[in-house]
Amino acid sequence: MILDWTPSLLSGLAVSLKIVGVSLGIGIPLGLCFALLVISTRRRIRMPAIVLIELVRGTPALVLLQLVYYGLPSSGITFTSMTSAWIALALTTAAYTSEILRAGIQSVHSGQSEAAQALGFTSIVGFTFIILPQALRVSIPALLGFSIQMFQITSLAFTIAAPELLSQAYSISASTFLYLKVLALAGAIYAIISIPMSALATALERRMNVHLDVPA
Amino acid sequence: MTGKSLEAILLGVPLTLLITLASFTMGAILAIPLVAMRRSRIIALRLLARGFIDLLRGVPLIVWLFILYYGISIGTFRFSPIPASILGFGVITSAYLAEIYRGAILSVPAGQAEASHALGLTRLAGFFLIIAPQAVRVALPSATTYAIGLLKDSSIASVIGVTEIMFITQSEARASNSGLVLYLVAAALYITMSFPMGLLSRFLDARVRGAVLT
Repeated sequence: MILDWTPSLLSGLAVSLKIVGVSLGIGIPLGLCFALLVISTRRRIRMPAIVLIELVRGTPALVLLQLVYYGLPSSGITFTSMTSAWIALALTTAAYTSEILRAGIQSVHSGQSEAAQALGFTSIVGFTFIILPQALRVSIPALLGFSIQMFQITSLAFTIAAPELLSQAYSISASTFLYLKVLALAGAIYAIISIPMSALATALERRMNVHLDVPA
Repeated sequence: MTGKSLEAILLGVPLTLLITLASFTMGAILAIPLVAMRRSRIIALRLLARGFIDLLRGVPLIVWLFILYYGISIGTFRFSPIPASILGFGVITSAYLAEIYRGAILSVPAGQAEASHALGLTRLAGFFLIIAPQAVRVALPSATTYAIGLLKDSSIASVIGVTEIMFITQSEARASNSGLVLYLVAAALYITMSFPMGLLSRFLDARVRGAVLT
């Protein structure tokens, strides 16, 4: 029985992973751009970015998904369910990761950029090769934690008819009437991926904070 | 067009708030025994709590709601949408809040527990009179941030037919040709509701930093 369901659940999982992969792949670089705008010293650059980020973070992902898929067609723009999921979730990713990356960039000691400048690096080169690598290193545990959350959020794409894991589970259970078994199996698949990943995120975070545990 | 639709969407606000408040309250209470188990000296209890928390957080909310709503039928008993969503959100909230409480308790310096022990307080009295009041202040900002997230997540209750903001927006959007406007209204409502909570969180955070951590 479970064996009969496995192929379609796994194909659903593949779709879920494709949604989360593309959303993160577009969203994190976009989030870095947002973070750079937010730390700008110019108010006219900083403010619009902050407003956009706060608006996206204040809107439930479910609303964003449906806004793109069901809402935009009323103004003549139509996307497939996969594209809608990518757009909505990439935007969500950008808004949330921009805050993680901003904190990461600001955690790099100011002496680093001063030293880069003193050594004759231009500010762009200094940022790319000296500040950014250190900022990314600090941000990795939080980014990983966010990615796990994002993987779970892909299940909301069920509501816009993307054929992801939950949609597959729902259609199997609707045809077999074995709701509890199929849904529990789908839940287990989510858990099998999420739980070890969050253990990894916690371990990474602890490893990076080792210096904090050493008594001064 | 949409005067009537807007009114209908506004009518979803009380149910959104009810689900958020009821499940947050439930979670805040359930988290107390959970964190006690998580910090227990008995390893079996500790592992049980840990497994429970990991499992609750490792499976998406919408899947839990589906399991409760479609999966559970005992005899003729089935959950109706509102109790199913409050129960689902409440139990999941308890897992997240238990971790927030735990972090807050750990943030209270060990010297406080030692001092209360030295002053002759029992472990329990020391916890409730000395440790807990300090931990609550540390937990408050994270708990408010979580509550804002919960307010937004309550939109997921629409998938099992709770007639809150999102559910009404969807059905109104389906019936009209101005879907975009209606979804923007829904987004604006969520932002409006979470904005004061965000301010509160920032204010509490600033106060706590001043009062405890320095």
